[in-house]
Amino acid sequence: MIESGNPSLSLMTPLVGAAGIVLCGRLPNLREAVTLVTAALLFYFTMGLMPAALSGEAVRVELFEMVPGMPIVFQVEGLGMIYALIASGLWILNSLYSIGYMRGNQEKHQTRFYLCFAVAIFGAMGTAFAGNLFTLFVFYEVLTLSTFPLVTHKGNQNAIQGGRVYLGILASASIGLLFPALVWVHHAVGHVDFVLGGILSDAGLPNWSLALLFFLCVYGIAKAALMPLHRWLPAAMVAPTPVSALLHAVAVVKAGVFSVTKVSVYIFGYGTLGEFGGGDWLVYMAGFTIVTASFIALFQDNLKKRLAYSTVSQLSYILLAVGLWVTLGPDSEVGQFALIAAAVHIPAHAFGKITLFFAAGSIYTADHKTEVSQLKGIGRRMPWTMGAFAVGALAMIGAPPTSGFISKWFLLTGAWEAGSGFAITIIMISTLLNAAYFLPVLWQAFFCKEPEHHDDASSHGSHDHGEAPWPIVVALTGTALLAISLFFYPDWAVELARTLIQSQS
Amino acid sequence: MELMNWIDFHLPALVVVIPLVAGILTVFCGKRSGPWAWSCLVHGFVFAMTIRLNQLVQNLKLLPVEDGSTLSVPTHISYFMGSWPRQWGIELRVDALNAIILLIVAGIAFLTTVYSGKSVQQEIGSDRRNWFYTVWTLTIVGLLGITITGDAFNVYVLLEISSLTIYTLIAMGKSRDRRALTASLKYLILGSVGASFILLGIGYLLMITGTLNMADMGESLRALENPTENRTLLVAVAFLLVGLSLKMALFPLHMWLPNAYTYAPSAVSALLSATATKVGVYMAFRFIYTIIGPVFSFETVSSSELLLLCATLGILVCSYNAMTQDNVKRILAYSSVAQIGYIVLGFALHTQMGVAGSIVHIINHALIKGGMFMALGAVVYRVGAARLTDLSGLGRIMPWTMGAFTAGGLSLIGFPLTAGFISKWYLVQACLEAGRWYLVVALLVGSIFAIVYVWRVVEIIYFGQPNDNACKAKEAPWTMVLPTIIMIGLSLYFGITAEWTGGMSEATAQFLLTEFEGGMQP
Amino acid sequence: MASYFSSYYNYWVYIALMMIGFYGIIAKRNLVKQAIALSLFQAGIFLFYISMAVVVEDGKIADAPIYTVDKELTHELQEAEHDHHLIVKSDQAFSNPLPHVLILTAIVVSVSILAVALAIIVNIKREYGTIEEDEIQQIEMNEAP
Repeated sequence: MIESGNPSLSLMTPLVGAAGIVLCGRLPNLREAVTLVTAALLFYFTMGLMPAALSGEAVRVELFEMVPGMPIVFQVEGLGMIYALIASGLWILNSLYSIGYMRGNQEKHQTRFYLCFAVAIFGAMGTAFAGNLFTLFVFYEVLTLSTFPLVTHKGNQNAIQGGRVYLGILASASIGLLFPALVWVHHAVGHVDFVLGGILSDAGLPNWSLALLFFLCVYGIAKAALMPLHRWLPAAMVAPTPVSALLHAVAVVKAGVFSVTKVSVYIFGYGTLGEFGGGDWLVYMAGFTIVTASFIALFQDNLKKRLAYSTVSQLSYILLAVGLWVTLGPDSEVGQFALIAAAVHIPAHAFGKITLFFAAGSIYTADHKTEVSQLKGIGRRMPWTMGAFAVGALAMIGAPPTSGFISKWFLLTGAWEAGSGFAITIIMISTLLNAAYFLPVLWQAFFCKEPEHHDDASSHGSHDHGEAPWPIVVALTGTALLAISLFFYPDWAVELARTLIQSQS
Repeated sequence: MELMNWIDFHLPALVVVIPLVAGILTVFCGKRSGPWAWSCLVHGFVFAMTIRLNQLVQNLKLLPVEDGSTLSVPTHISYFMGSWPRQWGIELRVDALNAIILLIVAGIAFLTTVYSGKSVQQEIGSDRRNWFYTVWTLTIVGLLGITITGDAFNVYVLLEISSLTIYTLIAMGKSRDRRALTASLKYLILGSVGASFILLGIGYLLMITGTLNMADMGESLRALENPTENRTLLVAVAFLLVGLSLKMALFPLHMWLPNAYTYAPSAVSALLSATATKVGVYMAFRFIYTIIGPVFSFETVSSSELLLLCATLGILVCSYNAMTQDNVKRILAYSSVAQIGYIVLGFALHTQMGVAGSIVHIINHALIKGGMFMALGAVVYRVGAARLTDLSGLGRIMPWTMGAFTAGGLSLIGFPLTAGFISKWYLVQACLEAGRWYLVVALLVGSIFAIVYVWRVVEIIYFGQPNDNACKAKEAPWTMVLPTIIMIGLSLYFGITAEWTGGMSEATAQFLLTEFEGGMQP
Repeated sequence: MASYFSSYYNYWVYIALMMIGFYGIIAKRNLVKQAIALSLFQAGIFLFYISMAVVVEDGKIADAPIYTVDKELTHELQEAEHDHHLIVKSDQAFSNPLPHVLILTAIVVSVSILAVALAIIVNIKREYGTIEEDEIQQIEMNEAP
């Protein structure tokens, strides 16, 4: 029997599932049953790691050495736990949703789709439980590569173009920036293990090289979508919606911010980051990204593109929180708020954004509508979908009773106590902008009249549609409920986040 | 048992002599598949022998010999041809470095021979198939001989044996494209100039030391008083470096390579890309590290800077060139020159990490590029050519071949879990250790160029529409697919766990740097 | 200065030959001329090896290296030695035989290279109808990649 706190099962499950999916490729029903069972098992196994993560007594699992002296290591800790929980938990709902979506739209190559999805989840789990930077890098790239066939799933010119931008930016950044950073850390310290409090403090690197190293890490992890390396995210929206939903709102982008946070906490550590002003710099860059991306989102008519830019901006909330934490320091009471905000915003945004994407896909499946301007009056036809969309939108804005409120609360508290006028201003402007680009959608959906037939001859959708297929509706209702439930029960995420701080001080 | 001991003792000679004799016998194997089957057998046997030879070299560690009062561990196996003493006869000498290279050359020769069957049947007329395999085997004999010999002049002779046969093999591509002839002649002229420079370099070394035995040469060079003042040695190093650079196609002396690889018969491209230039690099290691000594070659002559510059420019310029080509074979050819740049980079850094990276990349790149050229050969076999438009949409038609090609491409880029990543891990680390920032930048820019040139092809493979010829095509025959997959599969395996390749390269690097004078930093 | 040139004149000849050959390889556009130039280039190197073998003792250039068998000379050989001074005593200096042997091999190699080169050139003539590099390049430019 595997001891508690050993993430091996969580890692193996998606791989075994992937094999099962290939074997059952000819039988769609069985294949999708395999996906669902794998997802459920994965979530179950991941939940089993919870006590170890909370007590901080997780075992260190060392696999083979990839390069002599450089082993693949897994270790469960709080931050990774949050990420793994949402990735595996939402995979269940997303699989359900995928079944409805892929069948509803008669997509081709569905076996390849489910296979790549399982491999991507494997990459996500590996990233979550990585015990050193090397392992994190390896699985980060697994995630990049396995999602490429998903992004280009449609195989048309648009998809190729999108895939090119997607892979071009992610791979170039990780190989051109993150990889040298990884080697540099190894060269300076002699190992790249994740240690609370950071490992670079004793390396004796001058400030300028620390700053350069931090720069390489933050931009090398292009999945965090810090401007100007955010272009891949809108480009990836050519993918089928389940992909956009789970991967480009949850697994991939969260892998990015998660990795940045992890590198900041476990490689640099507060003391080192504070020395060269890395925190301030991150706060400014993130603030810039938040506002700019929100502005761009305002002018996007394509619903998924609008959501994508919203994601870019929301991701930077997490980076902003990390930046604030560094500025405040771990000893201060309030510094903890910022770090908790970063950790809690990962599930908070995940639940909200996946709901929004599910809703967008639901609209597309039912009526083949992709533009915001086509959504007039759709709320009456698809009450469940648009209801969930409303919940997601509120979560993005940060209004109670949704998940976004919790993280924004922590974030504002942190910013206030830090006396960072810049951060507070950014958060306020951004909240207004969020409202400005989400509320009109809701207004159109619920309060505008549906246009007559001849008005939109271009739209080939018929007007006699109702809700999308039931798996879709179930899935999006589920995620909307999750977004609300996090408002009432945020304790699990906060507790996990606290483990970072407790052992820090 | 008696026989086994006899074989073990004579193994270094047998590795060369058996294929030499068997290669000539190939002429009498008929015109059908006889020559191919015979060659497979021979090279399989040679491969087995190199495995045994590697074992023997590994076992040396376990057999400390009493040398006077101290116990010393022998580092090499010596074999004296015809039992002549080393001053007069030819010594065959196997140590940690060339044992690996022998293994790679023989292993890849075996796989490409198996692979070549169908492809040669299509590309070479039946009237000269037996001659093709004779020449083919002689090429491999030459390469194995260069690697195993301990005699400097012998290196030259065997180099010319392998080169002459390679020119012939390339020229045999004329039945598919007549430009093979001009490519071959260009290579012949440049290659002969390069070999002549090497001959000159050896001549000057002979003048200084009075011996041709490499080990003795190295010893008397190390015993030289005031080597920095020795202008003869300087000239020798200069000639050797230029000649070797030509042979291993180091930028800017690579002009012969792209056409030669593009128009050669498919199997020949695979063999050459995986072995010929690698043996060139091996010669450089042998001459620079074990004979002349890196301290003189790199520090006194300061060739290190020059080599680094050539390597860096090679990586950048040739990776860029690869992005602009339309013939996929030529993309790979330019990429090969760039990869030679990576290998020479580690070589010229003259640190343990650098040398280890260089050796790791020799192994990895041989597997990757050999496998990719094999995949392209399968395309040529089925579709008729290897331009970008010919690969269009083949992802569904030839899934295994194209899957192997894609995996090889990822490895060229250096994605984790592929062999290319391991090489880059070592090389970037070596550059950082040496404190040379700009080299790291060049390495990574080269990787990013690689993303572009690989992805151009991959996109076309998987998203393009198949052309008329491709529509009629199907998966290549298994004798072609299986060796391809073994090569690429091995490269992936060495990417997932480099314990063997990495550990061995590090040990070899240590051997090269401490056993010989280079260990002492000035 | 003059002695610097004169005493090493064979080396200067070797360099001159080599450079003439090298020039031919680079500058000549006719493929046969290139092949001839290559041979010349290699001939220069042979000269270098031969020059290296020369041993000078007491201002005299040593004799050819022919092995002496002092004790058991046959009658005929003894006569030959006496009449023609063919066989030198072993304590006498003789030039280094090793480079001679080496260069015999190298000459064979060089001839083979020339043979292969000419064979390829014959084929080029058949395929392209010309052996002028410029014209071949013109023809190749118009071909598909």
